[in-house]
Amino acid sequence: MSELAARKDLLDIEDLGLDEIEYVLDNAVPFKDLFQRSVKKVPTLRGKSVLSLFYEPSTRTSSSFEVAAMRLSADVTHFSVSTSSMVKGESLLDTIETLQAMRSDYIVIRHQAAGVPGIVARNTGASVVNAGDGYHAHPTQALLDAFTLREVFPDLEGRRVVIVGDVLHSRVARSVSTLFRKLGIEVAVLGPGSLIPRGRHGFMTRLSDWEETFDWKPDAIYLLRVQLERQEGQFFPGIAEYHRMYGVNSDRLQRIRRLGAWLMHPGPVNRGVEITDEAMQYEKSLVNAQVENGIAVRMAVLHWLKPENAKE
Amino acid sequence: MSETPDVTTEEVLDSDGVQAGVEELALTIRERCGASGAAIVGIHTRGVTLARRVVAKLREWGVDYPMGTLDISLYRDDFDNHGQDFPKLESSDIPFTLDGSRVILFDEVIFTGRTIRAALDGLMDYGRPAKIELAVLVDRGHRELPIQPDYTGITVETRREQYVKVRFRENDDREGVFLITEK
Repeated sequence: MSELAARKDLLDIEDLGLDEIEYVLDNAVPFKDLFQRSVKKVPTLRGKSVLSLFYEPSTRTSSSFEVAAMRLSADVTHFSVSTSSMVKGESLLDTIETLQAMRSDYIVIRHQAAGVPGIVARNTGASVVNAGDGYHAHPTQALLDAFTLREVFPDLEGRRVVIVGDVLHSRVARSVSTLFRKLGIEVAVLGPGSLIPRGRHGFMTRLSDWEETFDWKPDAIYLLRVQLERQEGQFFPGIAEYHRMYGVNSDRLQRIRRLGAWLMHPGPVNRGVEITDEAMQYEKSLVNAQVENGIAVRMAVLHWLKPENAKE
Repeated sequence: MSETPDVTTEEVLDSDGVQAGVEELALTIRERCGASGAAIVGIHTRGVTLARRVVAKLREWGVDYPMGTLDISLYRDDFDNHGQDFPKLESSDIPFTLDGSRVILFDEVIFTGRTIRAALDGLMDYGRPAKIELAVLVDRGHRELPIQPDYTGITVETRREQYVKVRFRENDDREGVFLITEK
């Protein structure tokens, strides 16, 4: 029995103590073992309800949470934006009030504005899990990435990971780098100057090109998705240019292979932009493991959080 | 569980007594299962220790029984996600097919029977055994469900509010069976 403080919500990696992080990562292991059985479900959250509220399009994160909740025997309800009153102009607080009346035990929320999951969390007794808010945070993605990396490196301390791409617009990069540093992993970034946030140079090594990146000898290379939908401004000249400068092509793949580095990507992959078709077949790609581990880690998160609804 | 003025701890079995109980279980299992054997499944944590010891004893006698482990935390009927409980989950490991097999489930002590109820649910998610039996080192009574052990090391008379602690040297400082009374 661990001595942890009860936590209602998972909003950001920043808030978490190392003991909590390790508790979730350790517990995710037996959850993953369940997937080998013919019956993949356990009755732990029987009778509990999970509301999934996605204001931004998402296939993998929302289905990952859905599978996780169902494998814990919880009931899942979807609120999708296009079919709900949100398009009819209902305000966020009105929506929250409606949700509160439904007495959900867990709310999984993604929103384009940073901080919305926090507002929902303060106004409901349900446990709120941030499934991505604006450029702010995506804590379960970071946890599943740490879990995936730990499967290949049982001791993460001192390992090196380079994050490649649009770090500025990436809540994934923000959460992943924060968590990795908490776990003692050295983090570097590689990407167009316009897409690397200023003011973070203090704790992240900045690499200027692949040559420097290979010299730095990363244990894993974490490719971010080029967020085509967020490129309203002129951050880089074009997709082809991005691929030429930062994409993983066959030459770079050869270097990565010689280095023995693992390859990660949070998905969905833009083939031919971050990575070529050929490089997708790399034997040390962890992309599929990330997807499978996402379910186990999200089960561990739902199992860990403590809703306050039933107290009344 | 330290000794304070409000708590008394009585030793019911010492280390030799525990080992005698283990041998008693091994002996009865060998008699009843014979050459056809059975699959042994220990419930985390001390049910696993007990099962390991019995399996080792049987092996000394030249009979080899396959063994697995089961964590039942996810099957408990008292999982309260509003409380302060943070169970550390263990991996269950059933390295054989349960379908059609004879299984002996191991736990160190049986009390209300609720742990065993959870274990039966958990086990059945791995397959459909032909038969499931139950072996415990200590039966302390006060059942709340119609579940009884098939193999018992020792029966201890207790009051409902007392605790029975089985300690093994593999898990704890001092080995023995202890009856704990809070005043």
